[in-house]
Amino acid sequence: MSEFECVMEIPEDARNPVEPFLRMDRMPHIWCPGCGIGTTVNCFVRALLSSKSDLDHVAIVSGIGCTGRVAGYANLDSFHTTHGRAIPFATGLKLANPKLQVVVYSGDGDLFAIGGNHFIHAARRNMDLKVICVNNLTYAMTGGQTAPTTPGQVISATAPYGVFEPAFNLVQLAEAAGAAYVARWTTYHVTQLARSMGEVLNKKGFCFIEVLSPCPTLYQRRNKMGDGLDTMKYYKEASKIRHGAPTGECALTKSGEIVVGKFVDRDRPDYLELMRTQLHESLGERYAEPEAVCGL
Amino acid sequence: MHADPKGVLTGVHFLDGDHACCEGTLAAGARFSAGYPITPSTEVVERFAARIPTVGGVFVQMEDELAASIAIQGAVWGGAKAFTVTSGPGFSLMMEHIGYAVMTETPCVFVNVQRGGPSTGLPTLPAQADMMQARWGSHGDYGIIALCPNSPQECFDLTITAFNLAEEFRVPVLMMLDECVGHMTEKVIIPEPGQIEITPRHLTQRPPEAFHVFEPGENLVPEMVQAGDGYRFHITGLTHDERGYPSMNVEVQDRLVRRLQDKLKPLANGRALCETEHLDDADVVVVSYGITSRVAQRALQLARQKGIRAGKFRIIQAWPFPEERIRELAGRVKAFVVPELNLGQMVHEVERAAAGQAKVIPVSHAGGGVHNPEAILKAIVEAAK
Amino acid sequence: MRPLTEIRIAGFGGQGVILAAAIVGKAAALFQGGYATMTQNFGPEARGGSCSAQVILSSEPILYPYVTQPDVLVVMSQEAYTRFTPELKHGGILILEQDLVRVDRFPDGARVFGVPATRLAEELGRKVVLNVVMVGFFGAVTKLLDAEALRRAVADSVPPALQKLNLEAFDQGYAYGAQAVGRLAEHGEVDSLDALEFL
Repeated sequence: MSEFECVMEIPEDARNPVEPFLRMDRMPHIWCPGCGIGTTVNCFVRALLSSKSDLDHVAIVSGIGCTGRVAGYANLDSFHTTHGRAIPFATGLKLANPKLQVVVYSGDGDLFAIGGNHFIHAARRNMDLKVICVNNLTYAMTGGQTAPTTPGQVISATAPYGVFEPAFNLVQLAEAAGAAYVARWTTYHVTQLARSMGEVLNKKGFCFIEVLSPCPTLYQRRNKMGDGLDTMKYYKEASKIRHGAPTGECALTKSGEIVVGKFVDRDRPDYLELMRTQLHESLGERYAEPEAVCGL
Repeated sequence: MHADPKGVLTGVHFLDGDHACCEGTLAAGARFSAGYPITPSTEVVERFAARIPTVGGVFVQMEDELAASIAIQGAVWGGAKAFTVTSGPGFSLMMEHIGYAVMTETPCVFVNVQRGGPSTGLPTLPAQADMMQARWGSHGDYGIIALCPNSPQECFDLTITAFNLAEEFRVPVLMMLDECVGHMTEKVIIPEPGQIEITPRHLTQRPPEAFHVFEPGENLVPEMVQAGDGYRFHITGLTHDERGYPSMNVEVQDRLVRRLQDKLKPLANGRALCETEHLDDADVVVVSYGITSRVAQRALQLARQKGIRAGKFRIIQAWPFPEERIRELAGRVKAFVVPELNLGQMVHEVERAAAGQAKVIPVSHAGGGVHNPEAILKAIVEAAK
Repeated sequence: MRPLTEIRIAGFGGQGVILAAAIVGKAAALFQGGYATMTQNFGPEARGGSCSAQVILSSEPILYPYVTQPDVLVVMSQEAYTRFTPELKHGGILILEQDLVRVDRFPDGARVFGVPATRLAEELGRKVVLNVVMVGFFGAVTKLLDAEALRRAVADSVPPALQKLNLEAFDQGYAYGAQAVGRLAEHGEVDSLDALEFL
């Protein structure tokens, strides 16, 4: 018997360790073969395990799009909101119920085009949210149109002659807006990604993780970049881990170097802490803590 | 259940409609508000921002109305009673999330202090031209509840009613003020907490394994749940089944969308909130709401002095429209006169309900002020002929 | 209280026009068992420039919310005087901040009273209470509301730390008004004063 066959011998009652974290009654999921979103979910589940989070107190909020469907598969209190509005929904959820760990899980189009304004303001306020952005560089759910992240020269459904408008550098944007934690990985870097996700689950404030992920169906195919596996090879070869790299030097291009790593990890008082401090200072004894009364 | 004393400013006050509305939210148990400044509604949240830190709760000023109108819904699912406030242009932006609140059956309150439109229109002057937008402004088929106060006292009272109805029916309830009522200062009596009835959130008592988040009760309204209680529930704006799971088929769509409308039927019929006077012998009935109902009342007095048998039907709850009441009246009166601060909105509902049995005469006004009572009187005189 | 009295108070931003109107409304609605509706002009013109508030007092519920033809007009700036005097009801009362308003021609049929409210406020040490001086003067010359109801409304409308000052301002204005009325009485014009009751 070869070693390979030995590994494949799976007992009848064996379960994938991530199953308890997923709504298995909703499987199979809608994601395409080679798509990276499932990989990121797997990393997220491992992060939940490693961070010893109390799952009854973790809520996940998504917007609209392929990544927006993550909330629907996570066996947590989960909210599939409107396009671009996951962050403001999560803001209300967190402020009304501060004991919740609120994770925003959405795509690049959702978080940075239609939701861009909400992103920068939540970062500015240092709202205690963990924002995970699966960046596939396109609008996938609607058929591969240009996103604010699509690199120049790329062919998209709405840029058939090539994208010519400049793209956002998400990690630079997050840092500039005030995020307490900023990291970027690709779906090739599963160990590092899971570790980063675990780190933010134990960090206060607005945390942002960008995960570069393939969309073989619409992005890679249209641009003759091969399939999911080819993209993994590209990620492996083009990625350079540079922790603490200045985010201004980390812009993505169509086929150039991908700088990954943890770029920002700083301590800033979060919104609720700032609010409490200010109101205590102004009102003294008259200030009433919000938690005690929000449950009705 | 009675009001939580912490939020109730018992006493006799001299308040404008916006401030009275804010006191109504606090008395109703609202402990979260998200807002974005816009004239003539901002005073509501300005007062809330000043009051809430000593009551216990949160006000957050968001980056726009899109954010404010969804942040309140996050707060509701976190366990709070919540509301937002806006006017014309902001109300247009909030349509997206009125739809979301309808679809996810999120109990919450939207206050719209109506000003003249379209677009930026008349920021500081009254109109009642968002009435159809309130009913139909978000896409798709749905129902909402809308209330129209005509005084600061009613801004307080009806705001409490709005929160109570939101919890009972699990819909967004729209408080349709107008600039005149919002900025008018009058005596407002705030009762003792023990005299204020509050509808508590109907949180499920079932264990998580026996609970489906959108399984309706006999009244067609599902039980509520909140994040952090171990239910691991899922909500979505997609068409969904009783478990909250997306389901893209004709049967599920039909069952869900019909229920979202049907659950409000009791309000369209027997329970419709309205105020009537002299209907028994009326030849002409003046149908009005909000600030216009006060001006119309003056016209009614003048008409009665002239010996015209004119009656009053004041719409307090504009949506669901009190169509049974109007239909019944249409069978026995000559005409309805419908003054409103728009070029004809609720008058179409009156026409629909009257179904040709009685004349329906609009008295339109493009907004920016209120009617001259004489204009309404003239229409009453014509209608009585 | 009379069935319906329309009052307009106008001046410029920072004079406390709105608060003056609120005190009058509050006195009627909260401390004298009547009804009062106050409205004010909002908008860019109300942010610093001219400022105007309207109060309707009545013994019955008030339906129409706006002032159409004031029975009493209180003006604290030249602009307010020019703009609003033409709308004063025939036989109505015009009250002027006499140092800030120069009257070119007295309106027909109006009874005009002047008070140096700003100066009286300055004598009390704080110019900002000119509006409350004006409310006191208004109370004495119009006799629309009980002095005690107005006094209570003043106390109820200002922060505790400023109560004493504002009540002094009210009393000062009221005394000044009572003197003015007294002088008129000496000249045998009592009848015209009571005319307000029959407007």
